[in-house]
Amino acid sequence: MSLAFAILFYVATLVLVVGVALKIMQYSKTPAPLKIPTTPAPTTTSGVVMRMFREVVFFESLFKATIWTWIFAWAFHMGLFAVLIRHGRYFHDLLPAAIVGPLKYAAFAMIIGLTGLLIRRFAVNRVRYISAPSDYAMLILLLLIGISGAMMTFVDHVDVVGVKSYFHAWMTFDIENLILPSDMVLRIHLFLVAVLMLIFPISKLLHAPGIFFSPTRNQADNPREVRHVAEWAEKLSK
Amino acid sequence: MATKEFTIPEIQEYIEVPDAPIPDATAHLSPFIAKPMHQEALGFPVEVSDDWKEQTLDAMGDLLGKYRGLRVFMDICVKCGACTDKCHYYIGTADPKNMPVARQDLLRRVYRRYFTFAGKFWGALGMPGFVGAADLKRDMLDEMYSYYHQCSECRRCSVFCPYGIDTAEITMAAREILARVGIGQKYDNEIIAKVYTIGNNLGLPERALEDTLEGLEEDLEDETGVAVKLPLNVKGADILLITPSADFFAEPHVDGLMGYAKVFHEAGVSWTLSSSASEAANFGMFIGSYENMRKISLRIREAALELGVKRIIFGECGHAWRVAYSFLNTLAGPFDFLDQNYPIPQHILEFTLGEIEKGTLNIDKSLNDDMVLTFHDSCNVARASRMGDKPGGQFTIPRAVIKAVCNNYVDMDPDTIYEKTFCCGGGGGLLTDDLLELRIKGGLPRMTALQTVTQEYGVTHMAAICAICKSQFTKILPYYGFDMDQIVSVHQLVSSALILTGQVDEDDDTESGEEAA
Ligand code: SF4
Ligand code: SF4
Repeated sequence: MSLAFAILFYVATLVLVVGVALKIMQYSKTPAPLKIPTTPAPTTTSGVVMRMFREVVFFESLFKATIWTWIFAWAFHMGLFAVLIRHGRYFHDLLPAAIVGPLKYAAFAMIIGLTGLLIRRFAVNRVRYISAPSDYAMLILLLLIGISGAMMTFVDHVDVVGVKSYFHAWMTFDIENLILPSDMVLRIHLFLVAVLMLIFPISKLLHAPGIFFSPTRNQADNPREVRHVAEWAEKLSK
Repeated sequence: MATKEFTIPEIQEYIEVPDAPIPDATAHLSPFIAKPMHQEALGFPVEVSDDWKEQTLDAMGDLLGKYRGLRVFMDICVKCGACTDKCHYYIGTADPKNMPVARQDLLRRVYRRYFTFAGKFWGALGMPGFVGAADLKRDMLDEMYSYYHQCSECRRCSVFCPYGIDTAEITMAAREILARVGIGQKYDNEIIAKVYTIGNNLGLPERALEDTLEGLEEDLEDETGVAVKLPLNVKGADILLITPSADFFAEPHVDGLMGYAKVFHEAGVSWTLSSSASEAANFGMFIGSYENMRKISLRIREAALELGVKRIIFGECGHAWRVAYSFLNTLAGPFDFLDQNYPIPQHILEFTLGEIEKGTLNIDKSLNDDMVLTFHDSCNVARASRMGDKPGGQFTIPRAVIKAVCNNYVDMDPDTIYEKTFCCGGGGGLLTDDLLELRIKGGLPRMTALQTVTQEYGVTHMAAICAICKSQFTKILPYYGFDMDQIVSVHQLVSSALILTGQVDEDDDTESGEEAA
C-alpha cells in the first residue's frame, strides 16, 4: 500500500508538472496578434505587473463583479495558499514552528469558502444553469480534501513524524523506508490530492497559470506608440 | 427573422437582472444569412458543404493556434458566474444563453470535446456532458449563429471576469468559424463588400459624396455667413479625416460632421476627406476576420499616402476608434511617413479639446442652454481604446469637451458609465432591422439609466460619439417613450456653441433633428 501510494504520487507529480509545463508552452507559443487589453489599462509594463498583482492577489475584477462570490473565492484561495505553505513541513525544515502553528486555522477559511461557492452553484439560478457536473465534482473534491485534512489536524491527529519520514523517503526514492502511517483518513486525503493533481492540467484548474497569459489583462495599452505584429500576420503583407 | 410579436420591456426603477432565466426566450432571433455573392466577395465559401464538421473543427483549430486569447479563454473559465448578470442582452431578454459564459460555452463545449483530453475521454465514454463537452451536430451551428449574433462584442463581461475572459473575442472567433463553413451574416458581409467596391459602408459613390459635401457647405454658409469647407480628395492637405459614412447624411451624425468642419475651420488647419477611404467603420472586426479587417484598414494607409497628408484624424465612431486606436498601427503600419509630433491616429475629440485649451475657439456655452445633457460612453471607446495620454482619457476627454460647450451636464448611474457602460444594444454588427427585437431589448439598461436622470435632473438630451450608438438610439428611443432626437452628437454641441470668426448672425442655431418619427 505504501508503495502504491508512492507510485501514485510519482505519476501524479509527473502529470502535473509536465502537463502544466506543456500548457504554459502552448500558451506562450500562441501569438496574440492584436492589442486587446480591457481598458482603461496601464500603459507601461510595470503598470501591467501591478494590474496582474492586484488581479491574482486581491481578485480585483471579481470584487467589482459580485461581493459574495468574491468573499468565498478569496477565503478559499487564501486558505488554500496558507495550507499549501504549511504542508511544506512534510518536505523541508525551513518553516518556523511559529508559522506552522497558527496557519492551521487556514483550513477553515478554505472549507467555508468552498462551501459558500458550492451553495452558490446550486442556489443561484444563473450559476446553476452554467454548471456542468464536473464543476460540482471539483468543488466536492476540494471540500473533501479540506475536510479530511482538517480532521487530521483538529480531530484525530495524524502521525506527523511518520508522514514526514514517508515523504522524505519518497523524495529520495528510498523504497526501503517507504512506510505510510496506517491512517484511513490520511489515505483518503492523499488519494484525493493525487486525483486533483492528475486533473489539474486537463481541467479549468488551468486558470491558475492561464491568467498570466490572458491578453486582456497582461497587455500594456500602448498601440499608438509601439507597433505590435504577430508573426503569422506579418506574413500577410509579403 | 424576427417578425414574431414581442413586448417592449417596461423601464423599471432600477436595472433588474432576471433572476430566473427563461430558456430559449430569444432562440428565434437570427439575422439573415449572407447571400453567396457576399460570401464570395469576402473570400468565404458560398454554402455549407457536406464536410461541414471537418471544416468547423479545422477552422477552430486554426484560430486556436493564431489567437492566444481564444486558446486561453477556452481553457480557463471556472464557471464562477461573475459575468452572468453583466450582459445587456441577458438583462433585456432573460435568455440564459445570453449570459456571457453560456454564450462562450456554445463554442467551448466543442473545444472541450475535440481539443481537450478530458472531453475526448468522457466523449469516448458517451458522457461528454460531464465535463461540459458536446458532440458537434449540425443544428449546433445554427444555434451558434443565433446566439453569437446576440452579442454586440461590447466587452462589458470582460471587465468583471476574474481572468479577463472577453466574450467578444469568442464571438468574433465563432463568427469567423461559421463564415468559413459557409454561414456568414448578410448585413455585415454586404457592408464589407460595399467598402471594397465603393469605398464606404453606405455604398455612397464619389460623385454623390461630392454633392453631399457641397450641400453641407451651402447649409453652413447659409447658417453662419462663413464659407466653411468640407474638402474632398485634396492633395497636400495636412489632415486626413476618416469618419463613419453615416456622418454624411444620417441624423444626428451629420450635425457632428458639420461640427468637425467648423472646428477645423477655426483652428485654421488644412484638411480633407478621401473618397476611397470614406469610411471609418471596419466591419472586419465584427466578423472576427483579421484578413478583412486588415484589407479595410489598408485603404486608409493608401489614401494617406496618395493624398500626402501629415496626420490622420478619426471622427466620432466607437468600434472604428477601437480599430483605429488599437489596431491600425498593427494592421496598416508603420506610419513613419506621417508627422510623428501628433498621435497616429488622433481622435477628433483629442483635437477639439486641444483647440479649446489653446483658446482658438470662440465658444458661447449659453447657446446650448436649452438642453440638459448626459453622456453615453460607447463600449468600444470605453473598454477597448483610449484618448489622450492617460488611461481613462476616453472618459474625461469627451466630458471635458461637452462641459466646455454646455452649462448643464449630469452623469448617469455610475454603474452604467465609464468602464461599466452598457452597450446601446445595436453594436457589433447587429444594427440591422432583422434583429430589431434584440436591439430594443438590449437597450433596456441604458434606457433605464437615462430615464432615471431624466426624472431626477431633467436631462433632455444624451450625447454620444459613435455612429452606431446614434443610429441605434434614434431607432429605439421612441419605443421607450423618448423622442428620437434626444440623441445628439458631441460635435453637434460643439457646433451649436461655436461662434465662427466673421459669423454674421449669432442667432439661435440650436438645431436638432426635425424628422418625424
Ligand atoms: S466571469 Fe469569467 S470565469 Fe467566471 S463564469 Fe464568466 S467567463 Fe467564466
Ligand atoms: S461582449 Fe457584451 S454583448 Fe457580448 S456577451 Fe459580453 S456583455 Fe454581452
